[in-house]
Amino acid sequence: MKEMYTITAFSENHIGLLNRITIIFTRRHINIESLTVSSSEMKGVHRFTIVIEEEEALVKKVVKQISKLPEVLRAAYYQNDEIVYREIALYKISIESAIEKNLEHLLREYNARMVDIQKDFVIIEKTGHVEDTEKLYDILRHFGILQFVRSGRISISKQKKELSSYLSELPINEYVKA
Amino acid sequence: MKKITGAEAILRSLKEEGVDTIFGYPGGAIMPIYDKMHKEDCSIKHILVRHEQGAAHAAQAYAQVTGKPGICFATSGPGATNLLTGITNANLDSIPTVFITAQVPSHLLGSDAFQETDMVSLSMPVTKWNYQVTKAEEIPEAIAKAFHFATTGRPGPVLLDITKDAQLNTLDYRYKKIKSIRSYNPVPKLKEDDLNEAVKMIKESRKPMLLAGHGILLSHGEKELLAFMEKTHIPTAVTLLGKSAIPEDNPWYVGMLGMHGNYAPNILTNEADLIIAAGMRFDDRVTGDLKRYAVKAKIIHVDIDEAELNKNVQADLPVNADIREFFKAITPRLNYKAGGEWLDEFEKLYKTEYEKVIQPECYPENGKIRSGEAIKMLSDKTKGEAIVVTDVGQNQMFAARYYDFKNPNSLITSGGLGTMGFGLPAAMGAQVGAPDKTVVLFAGDGGFQMTFQELGTIFQYNLPVKMMVLNNNFLGMVRQWQDLFMDKRYAETNMPTPDFPKLAGAFGIESHVVTSRENLETAIEDMLNSEGPYLLEVKIEKEANVFPMIYPGSAVDEIVLE
Ligand SMILES: Cc1ncc(C[n+]2csc(CCOP(=O)(O)OP(=O)(O)O)c2C)c(N)n1
Repeated sequence: MKEMYTITAFSENHIGLLNRITIIFTRRHINIESLTVSSSEMKGVHRFTIVIEEEEALVKKVVKQISKLPEVLRAAYYQNDEIVYREIALYKISIESAIEKNLEHLLREYNARMVDIQKDFVIIEKTGHVEDTEKLYDILRHFGILQFVRSGRISISKQKKELSSYLSELPINEYVKA
Repeated sequence: MKKITGAEAILRSLKEEGVDTIFGYPGGAIMPIYDKMHKEDCSIKHILVRHEQGAAHAAQAYAQVTGKPGICFATSGPGATNLLTGITNANLDSIPTVFITAQVPSHLLGSDAFQETDMVSLSMPVTKWNYQVTKAEEIPEAIAKAFHFATTGRPGPVLLDITKDAQLNTLDYRYKKIKSIRSYNPVPKLKEDDLNEAVKMIKESRKPMLLAGHGILLSHGEKELLAFMEKTHIPTAVTLLGKSAIPEDNPWYVGMLGMHGNYAPNILTNEADLIIAAGMRFDDRVTGDLKRYAVKAKIIHVDIDEAELNKNVQADLPVNADIREFFKAITPRLNYKAGGEWLDEFEKLYKTEYEKVIQPECYPENGKIRSGEAIKMLSDKTKGEAIVVTDVGQNQMFAARYYDFKNPNSLITSGGLGTMGFGLPAAMGAQVGAPDKTVVLFAGDGGFQMTFQELGTIFQYNLPVKMMVLNNNFLGMVRQWQDLFMDKRYAETNMPTPDFPKLAGAFGIESHVVTSRENLETAIEDMLNSEGPYLLEVKIEKEANVFPMIYPGSAVDEIVLE
């Protein structure tokens, strides 16, 4: 059965590694639902968060192929209930409808906030799961949304010893520079 | 510290890694390196090929016969892209190779400069690792990493793309080999639990079978494998790339697996109650229909590459380990011998195959010459001691089936990619790596024509390769499929061929053509007795097919003899 899986990988920060990782998915015709790359808490180490909807057996194979890349430190996969995860969404709404429809009350109700106010429009921010940001989208649609954007997923596992805790135990690569 | 140029640093770093031979072809962007190589004190031998694809295949074959990584140079743009088939071939067959391509100066990167190609992106899916060097100072570390990745763990091709300015600029040079990299764990630790479980599974089995793959040769585990077979008497089959790991007269050797493998091991794969897959990856050419593969067997799968475990076939016991270590550790713990009746089952089926297929193929009495008889004769005359290189197609399958391999790494063939045109350049590389050995090439007329420009290289370096072109005037293997599955509609497989002896003659290479059985033996002897390179064209039966065969989509035990 296909389910949502979140894959986390830590890698050395090397040009092209993103490409190498995505090739593993594209070769197998796997659609990447979301992909977030950022530096980790450790200098020089990057963190990939990749969301796909697939069968577990296939996810396992893919994670092994990611782990196998010589510059990937570690990779693992999780189901939704094993992680805390969030996306962030931004909505741009015209100032008239924001004033007209008592937006502030609504934002409080949906745990969203206004992050910028301009002469013609306001920008609202909401973090949560896709369903949450979508729900707010459906509401705000009636206000007339000028622009909408949603980030990829970021996640943290609920296990005590998370992947990233291995990072602090990593040795430094030694290479004598002249 | 005296500063040296990047180009010098490249050559010195290669020497640090023990490189003495490079296959390559010059061009604009790589000229600084060639310029430094031209100096008298450069001890590295360079083999100038006639096409970069040839350099790549040659380097891979060189690696296979010497056990050292194969090295290739090519210039930017077309020189580099010409390598791609060879890199891919080395990747699918896990051969340690280091490709060095030159690149336009770094300030021109991304601008579609003359002969700029994004080689790092192009080679990404077909290399184990690659990297673009844009600064001279990066060279020693990049080369040290390249060799470390290429040669450790599951080996494979790596590529360094080095900009021209990095070659020309200077650096303070200091080299240090890399022993470990924190993100890379090439040799997994064999687990005690896995060993115990494997011992238990073997002890409980009544019809065990061992499938030995290329991993045996790559880990230099032939001796350990033989000791295991000796102790357990477990019937052992090989994959195409596992061939030559076991001398074929070994009493427990039961032949080759797969589409054109032997009858017994294919059929009995579905009778076995235990399969020990050793350094092999259950390629679809080996397994046939996966749903009906190894139907009665528990499976122990040992591989150094964890990603191979449970990839194609679900193992009851996946063991992530170096196969040599595995055999070394398990053999002393086993007090087990497989029963003789089980081995007899293989023998019985072999007899059937011998009567129906092998005898008529290798010892025919009339009709035109058959590939099998030419190969068997050559096998006898060289006592199984030659290094055999094949091209792809029927010639490859016949060579694998009928040459009686004795020594490890004596079959050089394109397995995973099935690259026509591989044979001649690979034979050339094998001969460079093993100058004192008899290197024999078996090629079809089609594949030979794909890379025959390397005759020029063979001539230039007087490499005594013995080339046997099995000419059926057809793209034989494709014609066979058209014969079997497409009502003999021979679409574009019938091919007129050049006068091969004349072609060889144009390169100053001795040659002969043989068309009849009574002249075959002398022709082969003449070839083997010749001093230098020699091309023997053998006009063979035009519409001969390779059997046995597992038809596409069939199960292993549905293998047919005719
Ligand atoms: C580069 C490449 N192109 C096409 C093929 C497909 N192919 C596989 S076998 C074969 C026929 C080979 O014919 P020939 O070289 O004459 O050898 P034979 O099978 O007759 O021994 C072809 C075209 C291939 N394997 N490689």
